[in-house]
Parts: sequence; C-alpha cells; structure tokens
Amino acid sequence: MKNNQIISIENVIKRFPMGKGEFTALDGVDLTFGKGEFAGFVGPSGSGKTTLLNVIGSLDTPTQGKATVLGQSVGDLSEKNAARLRNEHLGFIFQTYNLLPVYTVFENVEFPLLLLKMPAADRGKAVLDALEWVGLSDKEKSKPAQLSGGECQRVAIARAMVKKPKIVLADEPTANLDAKNSHRILQTMETLNAELQTTFLFATHDDKVIRYLHRKITLEDGRVAGDEV
Amino acid sequence: MKNAMLLFSIKGLLRDRSRSLFPILMVSAGAFLCVCLHSSMKGTVTDMVDSAARFDTGHVKIMTRVYNELADQMPNDLALMGVGNLLEKLKRKHPDMIWTPRIKFGGLLDIPDENGLTRTQGPVFGIGVDMSARHSPDTKILNLEKALVRGRMPGHKTEILISDSFARKLDLKIGETATLLGSTMYGATTTYNFKVAGTVRFGMTPLDRSTMIADIDDVRMALDMADSAGEIMGYTNDMLYDDKRMTGIADAFNRDFADPDDEFEPVMQSLGEQGMMRDLLRLVNVMVAIVVSIFVFAMSVVLWNAGLMNGIRRYGEIGVRLAMGESKGGLYRSMIVESVCIGIAGSALGTAAGLAVSYWLQQNGIDFSSMMQKSAILRSSVWRAQVTSVSYYIGFLPGVFASVIGTMFAGIGIYRRQTSQLFRELEV
Ligand SMILES: Nc1ncnc2c1ncn2[C@@H]1O[C@H](COP(=O)(O)OP(=O)(O)OP(=O)(O)O)[C@@H](O)[C@H]1O
Ligand SMILES: [Mg+2]
Repeated sequence: MKNNQIISIENVIKRFPMGKGEFTALDGVDLTFGKGEFAGFVGPSGSGKTTLLNVIGSLDTPTQGKATVLGQSVGDLSEKNAARLRNEHLGFIFQTYNLLPVYTVFENVEFPLLLLKMPAADRGKAVLDALEWVGLSDKEKSKPAQLSGGECQRVAIARAMVKKPKIVLADEPTANLDAKNSHRILQTMETLNAELQTTFLFATHDDKVIRYLHRKITLEDGRVAGDEV
Repeated sequence: MKNAMLLFSIKGLLRDRSRSLFPILMVSAGAFLCVCLHSSMKGTVTDMVDSAARFDTGHVKIMTRVYNELADQMPNDLALMGVGNLLEKLKRKHPDMIWTPRIKFGGLLDIPDENGLTRTQGPVFGIGVDMSARHSPDTKILNLEKALVRGRMPGHKTEILISDSFARKLDLKIGETATLLGSTMYGATTTYNFKVAGTVRFGMTPLDRSTMIADIDDVRMALDMADSAGEIMGYTNDMLYDDKRMTGIADAFNRDFADPDDEFEPVMQSLGEQGMMRDLLRLVNVMVAIVVSIFVFAMSVVLWNAGLMNGIRRYGEIGVRLAMGESKGGLYRSMIVESVCIGIAGSALGTAAGLAVSYWLQQNGIDFSSMMQKSAILRSSVWRAQVTSVSYYIGFLPGVFASVIGTMFAGIGIYRRQTSQLFRELEV
C-alpha cells in the first residue's frame, strides 16, 4: 500500500432493507485514495454514489467489508468516535447548501470551529481566511437568505474548509448552480486542493464537474465499472 | 468554549421565532394558568378557613368536654361556667391573643302585633357576642359594622342585629320588638324581649338565613347563664391562623385540665382539630398537585408535538451539525439546553402575568353572592385570590418540566434514526 493512502475501501457491501427483502446499493467496492486526490464518483442515478460517500464520511456503516478512513475503520467506530472523526478531519458539501438560515455567513463558517473548541481569536482569523478563499469577505454579516445560490455554495465550501480538513466530501455540489458559478467554485476547490493538499471526493453526474476531476470512478449498480485518471 | 456553543444556541433561538416565540407563549400560558389556579385555590381555602375561624371555630376554641361532643345541638345546659375567671387566666397567660366568649342558642323569634299577639314567628339561630365595649374585639372579628345593611349597631341593652333577609321575611322593622322563646341553661322555658337595632348581611348563606346577634350579657339574662358561655374563642392578634402554634397552645391548655372524669372540664381545640378543617386543607393541597400535574402532562404533549414539528423543520440543521462532527448526544443536550431556556423564559413571563392577575383578584375580588344562594358552606361570597410565596415558583414547575420533557420526547427521534437517514430526509 502506498505511503500517503488515507482512504481504503475493501470489498464494501451496503444493503438496505426494502420491503421484505434487501436492496444492495454497494456490491463489493474496492478502492483506495491517497492524500491530495481530486477524485469523483460518476454514474447513473441510483448507482450508489451518495451511499459510498456516506460510508466514507462515517455517516453510514458498511454491511460487509471494511472502509478505513485515516486509519480508522468506519464500521467499528462508536457514534461518538465517528462524530469526532467528522469533526476533526472531514468536511461536507451538500447539493442543497444546508446553511443554517438564522445565522450570518460568519457564524455559519464559524460553527465547525466551535465544535472543535477553538479559542475565539483563532476562530475569527480562520473564518476570515476561509471567506477570503471563496471570495466572500464582504458578505460575512449577511444571512443566507440574502445570498445567491452560488454564494451560498461558496459559504458551504468555506464552512467545509475552514478547519482545513484532510478530506472534503462533496455530493452534487453544482446541481443547483449555473455554469459560471459551477466553474467558480470548482476553481476555488482546485486551488484549495493544490494549496492545502486536501483530498476532494465528489459524487456527481455534472459534466462541468467531471472535466475538473483528476480521477474519475464510474459506479454502476453499486459496482466500480471504471477508474480513469 | 462551552459558553461559545451555548451562546451560539441562544443566538439561534432568539432569531428563530418559531423555535422560541411559540413555545415560550405555550409555556407562559401554562405557567399563567398554574399561578392563577394556585392563588385562587389558595384564596378560596384561606377565605374558608378565615370565615370558619371568625364565625365557628376560632383559632382555638374552649368548650366543656360534653358540650364539645354535642356541639351541633348547642347544648347550653352543658356550657362553661366561671367564664370570667377563666378569661382572666387566659388573658394573663396569652396576652398576645384575643379571648372572647360566645353563646350559641336556638329558639323561636316571635313578632307581636300592637295587641301583643303573635304577628309572625320563625325559628332563629342566635349568637351572643361580647358587644359591651364600644370597640369590642368580637364586633370586629365578626365584621358586624361592615355587615350592617339597615339601622345601626346595638348601643343599648336588649338591642339586637338580625339577618336582613330574615327581617324581611318576618316583615320586621327597625326599632320593633322581637321576643325570643327559648330555654334556659337549666331547661326552663323563657321569653325575652329584644329590640331590633339593625339588619346584617354577611355574604355567607348559612348565616344570612335566620340569625340574630345579641350582646352576650342580654343572652345570659335571657337564658339564665350568668358567668357562663357555650364557647370561648381565641384569636391571634393578626388574625392569621398558624396551625402548629395554635395546636401547641391547645395542648398546653388541655394538660392543665386533664381530669378525665370531669366532663364539665374545659377543653381547647385548635381550628385544625375541629371538624374537617385539616382534612380540607390537605385535600386542597392534593388537588393543587393533581391539577398542576395534569397541566405538566398536557403541556408536555403539546410542546412535544411542537418539538416534533420543529424537529422536522430542523432536520437540515440537525443533519449539518451531525455531519460537521457534533455527536448525537451533544446535539440532544443542546436541544435540552434550549428547552430549559425556553421553559425558564416562558415560565417567567407566565408567572409575571399570573401574579399580576392574582394580585388584582386578591385586592378586588369577585362578588359571587347571587350565585351562591344555596351554599351551606361557611365562606364569604366575595371570592378572592391569595398570592403566596408558592405562587412565585409554582409556574416554573410545569413550565420548565413540560418544555424539557416535550423536547426529550421529540429528540428521541434523532437517536432512533440512522445518521444517513437524517440526511436522506433533509435532502428531499
Ligand atoms: N436508506 C436507504 N434505504 C433504502 N434504500 C436506499 C437507502 N439509501 C439508498 N438507497 C438505495 O440505494 C441506491 C443507491 O442510492 P444512492 O443515493 O447512493 O444513489 P446515487 O448514485 O447517489 O443516485 P443519485 O445520482 O440519484 O443521487 C438507490 O437505489 C436507493 O434507492
Ligand atoms: Mg446521490
């Protein structure tokens, strides 16, 4: 195994109960990712992209097989330790931004740092840095409702990046954005990937995203059908 | 750092009206009702106790042992003798209390026409009260001056007060003569002429039907009861009943008169020891507890529902917070903290409003006299609330409990769901 490997998926199977039987969403996935990758899962709807991201993000556990993230086996983590893993090392970006509507941009980005129990002075600086990365320094006092979709997604990126996580998981981050905004945020993420060596994993069927990917993994019916660099 | 998180939660609460305003209003409504309920029940009981004390039981009351056993029949043949002496002793021993003798008696009140023949007649319930002094304490204890409807207070020998409705029924006018037909302490029949000085209404149905109030010296003359009295009432100076203290005084008194063979020996009983007063007080406390529990339960259910709806609305937030690494326990705790804040804020608001209303009801009262014609319980027809120290915190019990319990139930959903399931729901 490579030295800088941070994620390994070994024969992961994920089944969901469905009616009387079961539905197999992931059917024996084997993959590894190294530090600083900019990779994405593509494939038709229902092929298991989100499910795989959830397993890697320790939001879900594999039914069989082993998913190891930063040396920790996701299936064996307690709820608390899974939370800690997410807290310390993972950042999430969602299709539907999921900003907290009652809080300002600044407070939204600050939130993960509160969970990390970072001192106030450090928090302020980190938040302003993160907002600068995504070009929203002038909007720190705005509420999400006052922002455009693209701006909201940039806030979400800042929120995922503010703690400089090792891995960022982005599920359809551009689905609600127009071409111009999609390129903007992808460029932002590419830059952050280069500067901070953050590993980015996408789930997408958006061509605009796919063009940016350094590695494209195709899923079909819960199986890896292609893995191109 | 804990504070930063708490501050963050509170900021969110304040900004999100649906999370704060509605639950706070809910809680304050409940707290308000609890406070009002408590103070009005308290007021009712205090009023009942106070009325009973003034007219019937005293704070303590002395009778002979046998009189006590047959008290319902007003057996004046069993009355206390040597009352003057006993009063002297009592006043010396308890100078901080009011001691006053009374005689209760029954009989017929006969109203003669100008020829001295019976014009009308009716059974009467009489109370002989010490009205000798210009400002005798008992006149005040019975609120006689306030109760006066027509005429004036008795100032001369043989003058009496009589229930206003009784006077109307007998067509009795101020200044007319009324003859009491009764029996003396020794069982002989007696007639005695009184003169009506005024009419009274106490606002207490049992007393307002057919009562006459005479000076105790006249009653002693009429019933041949020199230096006797059916009862000696004792009251604290401030007219506030203290069960422990009064029972203590009664016990001490009874130790001095402990001859079990002498059934004419005086016995003293505190208000709590008479009739069902103590049971009544307990009953009321139990009722308050039950009603408050029902409130807690009902409000919990409502807040639980509100919490559930809120929870669904907040799946987005919950999902994001879990994704960012807050543990389910941490999330649950922060929701509980929020609910405590809401509980306290709502309770404070509701308690303030409840106290305002209760104080108003304590000062002004509501007159229910027209609705209480048939009541046989001795209580005044002006209903008042009473604010006690308990009124200040009783609203917080249901307020905070309901809010927290409601949130706890609502929050269980977070635990039961798979984290990824929460996401699935928030993405739809
Ligand atoms: N909790 C669940 N219970 C039952 N079935 C589920 C659950 N989660 C996912 N599935 C099923 O697993 C399959 C894969 O779902 P997944 O969300 O991973 O697809 P996807 O590749 O992300 O699709 P899309 O591109 O539409 O987002 C789907 O058929 C879905 O119905
Ligand atoms: Mg998906």
